[in-house]
Amino acid sequence: MNFETTIGLEVHVELKTKSKMFSPSPVSYGAEPNVNTNVIDWGYPGVLPSINQGAYSLGIMVALALHADIAHWTHFDRKNYFYPDNPKAYQITQSEQPLATNGWIEIEVDGKKKKIGIAELHVEEDAGKNQHEDDGYSYVDLNRQGTPLVEIVSKPDIASPEEAYQYLEQLRQLVQFTGASDVKMEEGSMRVDTNLSVRPVGQDHFGTKTEIKNLNSFNHVRDGLAYEQQRQIQTLMAGGAIRQETRRWDVDKKETILMRVKEGADDYRYFPEPDLPPIHVTQTWIEKVAAQLPEAAAKRRERYVSQWNIPAYDAGVLTLTKEMADFFEATVALGADPKLASNWLMGEVSGYLNANHLELAQVALTPAHLAKMIALIQDGTISSKIAKKVFQEIIANDTDPEQWVNDQGLIQLSDPAKLTPVIDGVLDANQQSIDDFKDGKDRAIGFLVGQIMKQTHGKANPKVVNQLLMAEIKKR
Amino acid sequence: MITKDSVAHVADLARLSFTDDELEQYTSQLDEILNMVDQLAEVDTEGVATTTQSVHLENVMRADVAVAQADLTPILANVPTHKGTLIQVPAIIDKEED
Repeated sequence: MNFETTIGLEVHVELKTKSKMFSPSPVSYGAEPNVNTNVIDWGYPGVLPSINQGAYSLGIMVALALHADIAHWTHFDRKNYFYPDNPKAYQITQSEQPLATNGWIEIEVDGKKKKIGIAELHVEEDAGKNQHEDDGYSYVDLNRQGTPLVEIVSKPDIASPEEAYQYLEQLRQLVQFTGASDVKMEEGSMRVDTNLSVRPVGQDHFGTKTEIKNLNSFNHVRDGLAYEQQRQIQTLMAGGAIRQETRRWDVDKKETILMRVKEGADDYRYFPEPDLPPIHVTQTWIEKVAAQLPEAAAKRRERYVSQWNIPAYDAGVLTLTKEMADFFEATVALGADPKLASNWLMGEVSGYLNANHLELAQVALTPAHLAKMIALIQDGTISSKIAKKVFQEIIANDTDPEQWVNDQGLIQLSDPAKLTPVIDGVLDANQQSIDDFKDGKDRAIGFLVGQIMKQTHGKANPKVVNQLLMAEIKKR
Repeated sequence: MITKDSVAHVADLARLSFTDDELEQYTSQLDEILNMVDQLAEVDTEGVATTTQSVHLENVMRADVAVAQADLTPILANVPTHKGTLIQVPAIIDKEED
């Protein structure tokens, strides 16, 4: 029997704001427990929430990037449940009328393009964090409580674990390029829950779905879904039935493990949040956000290729992250040759970042310094060999490359008046090499150039040295 | 007409436990309350748009500006037990939930 797979993904993305969704408490990662909280976050009696307009605007921005229809009238709802990380005993979310509906993302699997629909996006507040210790207690940190989130719910259009992976890659990139979120799985600013069901080909209704929670990388999502797909098919083939349940992916065992069986629908008793008046998203508001929407990765790639003659593959690498694309464009804007800037970023810069497990934002290199260094190479002030030395300095320290090259005496020697005496000296001392060259041994030139470089401490301009040397050697 | 089962279900969701007598009592009381609210159905709302609020406000929002709590002491003062600035609670059994 052949089966087809249906996958839906729920992705939570933290919006990059200064303050929380419904309280003015600061939002920051890694603060001391409960320091980023106030009476509103704790749900003290008599407090009132207030809507963070900046957060809602970022939500609109994400919705625009995902081609979704933005609701002009909406309100918040209360979702009621008890848990220690949720002091109000309800979460403020959008249930009845979400921020936006009906978006899509285009993915490509095995060279085939496919649109994955997005059912809805809604804005809500995050919960706090519990930590469990061996002393018989749990501990609650409410710093994350109230952090603005947008939840992006896909339609059940995803047909394989690989499509799910590509959907997440595209979603991450689209959202990252808006600047609305850091979308980092490892820091929890992007979280993924999956729903998967299988059904015999031709069956008109969906099979029973299972949910996988606690997935902390895209690879785990793909592996977890592949395992779950197999498990469900094998269960059905063996005459068993799938229960509606929540499972988690065990990274070490490489299998999904039952967390709990869902008995009946959750009963959250949603009702409109009485403490917050409705939101009216005017066309003007949407247009204002749209005007601030940064250019998407795909648009940038096209531009790099058409405007700057960057190969398509390179353009793809440069737009893997917004950080890199912004850095590249800033470097070019400062006058650097696009092809050289691209080569440096993809080569030396990426190599350095990978080797040291760093991100672009964590190194001292600036677009201005990179552009200046490239200019120094292009006008012949430094050789490409010396440039590697300069690069090590400017990526590690906030050093002006021009200043440093001067201070270190690394300026390339290109003046024939200064090079000729050195070349003469080397030739005078190496008659054997001159004879070898004249006998057709081209390698002798390499030796002579090496000697000249040694005497000039690597500063001689190789191009000029070659010209002068050839001219001089022919005279002898 | 609200049933005893519904009341028991809502009580369960609210983490409240009642004796059978109490359930009977609350069922009849809640029934009266709901009947009273039901009188609103007599108002003719033909052509009136549904609303989620009773005051005519919209877009009451604040700018995204962070204001830090100057002192955590008064907030922590109502916590029965805390460890440093963490709130101590009975062990949460369902560890996977987080």
